[in-house]
Amino acid sequence: MSFEVCIERRLGERRIAADFAAAGGLTALFGPSGAGKTSLLNMVAGLLRPDAGRIAVGGTVLFDAQRGVDLPARRRRAGYVFQDGRLFPHRRVRDNLLYGWKLARPEDRWMTLDEATGFLGIAHLLDRWPRTLSGGEAQRVAIGRALLSGPRFLLMDEPLASLDRARREEIMEVIERLRDELALPILYVSHDRDEVERLANRVVAVG
Amino acid sequence: MLSPAEWEVIALSLKVSGVAVAASLPLAFALAWLLARGRFAGRILLDAAVHLPLVLPPVVTGWLLLILFGNTGPAGRWLEDTLGVTVMFRWTGAALAAAIMALPLMVRAMRLSIEAVDRRLEQAAESLGASRARVFATITLPLALPGLLAGMVLGFARSLGEFGATITFVSNIPGETRTLPIAIYSALQVPGSEGAVTRLSLIAVALSLAALVVSEVLTRRAGAGRGGDVL
Repeated sequence: MSFEVCIERRLGERRIAADFAAAGGLTALFGPSGAGKTSLLNMVAGLLRPDAGRIAVGGTVLFDAQRGVDLPARRRRAGYVFQDGRLFPHRRVRDNLLYGWKLARPEDRWMTLDEATGFLGIAHLLDRWPRTLSGGEAQRVAIGRALLSGPRFLLMDEPLASLDRARREEIMEVIERLRDELALPILYVSHDRDEVERLANRVVAVG
Repeated sequence: MLSPAEWEVIALSLKVSGVAVAASLPLAFALAWLLARGRFAGRILLDAAVHLPLVLPPVVTGWLLLILFGNTGPAGRWLEDTLGVTVMFRWTGAALAAAIMALPLMVRAMRLSIEAVDRRLEQAAESLGASRARVFATITLPLALPGLLAGMVLGFARSLGEFGATITFVSNIPGETRTLPIAIYSALQVPGSEGAVTRLSLIAVALSLAALVVSEVLTRRAGAGRGGDVL
């Protein structure tokens, strides 16, 4: 199993919980806005600590409340693509892309800058500042930055939400290629039924 | 145009202010960080204490400094015994008074700039493999830097203008503690020295104006979405 997730967390009045196991490919966490999907991704990424439960990806335990395992986010090797890109505004595209790559152990890297920019069609953007990018360009750079950090799996939080229709199609094709050509396990959050039907190998209902 | 005595006043003022800002920088930054990011009981009290010199009559601050850092005061004796530094009636004391008076402004500007850093960018860096120290050095600090510098410039300007606490604590000694505002005050006591008052006042206006402009430019740079290098 690629993803084995059984976690819960109380946030204020809400209780956020998930219990699923999924093989490779793209697993969509599907549910209405406010159901806690992003919080679930954050727990898998190590940015939010579950109250109880267990998270394993590809056989590696990332969190296990009973056994006291809680890998910090920086050691989980998650490639997190955020809804809003979150490119570092004070670094050019090239330095954004290489941020995680430089931090990764050489043996953990599986993509070069050239491969990533070729794969995503962003070689012409390398010297640009993030604020000069369109939404689609920024999202491709964000995906490239995640891939170059040498991740074992990807977490994608509504990566299409802030894009117009034409850009959505463009990024959707990129995600299909990530799923099919790179064979990376992907945990994908969305509230859009069409998106999920097209991209997901399996769907986990949340909320 | 300026007499040697006037140049001495300006040089002393710049030295006192520079030392005041440099010496209080670590404390100001630590306080700003605590107030921006800390979650602890008594945060409001600490916030109030930091701002106290802003609202207290400066003469009271000077008197408190005299009690604490005078030759018989506990902090004064400690400084004398361990570091061999005397602050009372010395330019170091003027720097100490200026630092205390500038601290609220510095902390405030720095705190705002730290609070303005998007924590989600720090999370992104963490998920890319960065340790806390690296997140601080590569994300938080560069993004907060213009605001930190603005805080330093403001603190420097405030130090240049410091009068009440300084004259109370270290008096008015030419060449030692007679800084720009105190020199202007002294000149005003002497009949026929309008020329000196005018010259020194113009210099004070120019220095203050320059500091405010620099600080404003830095603050705008921090606020606007960044496109160029940080500096």
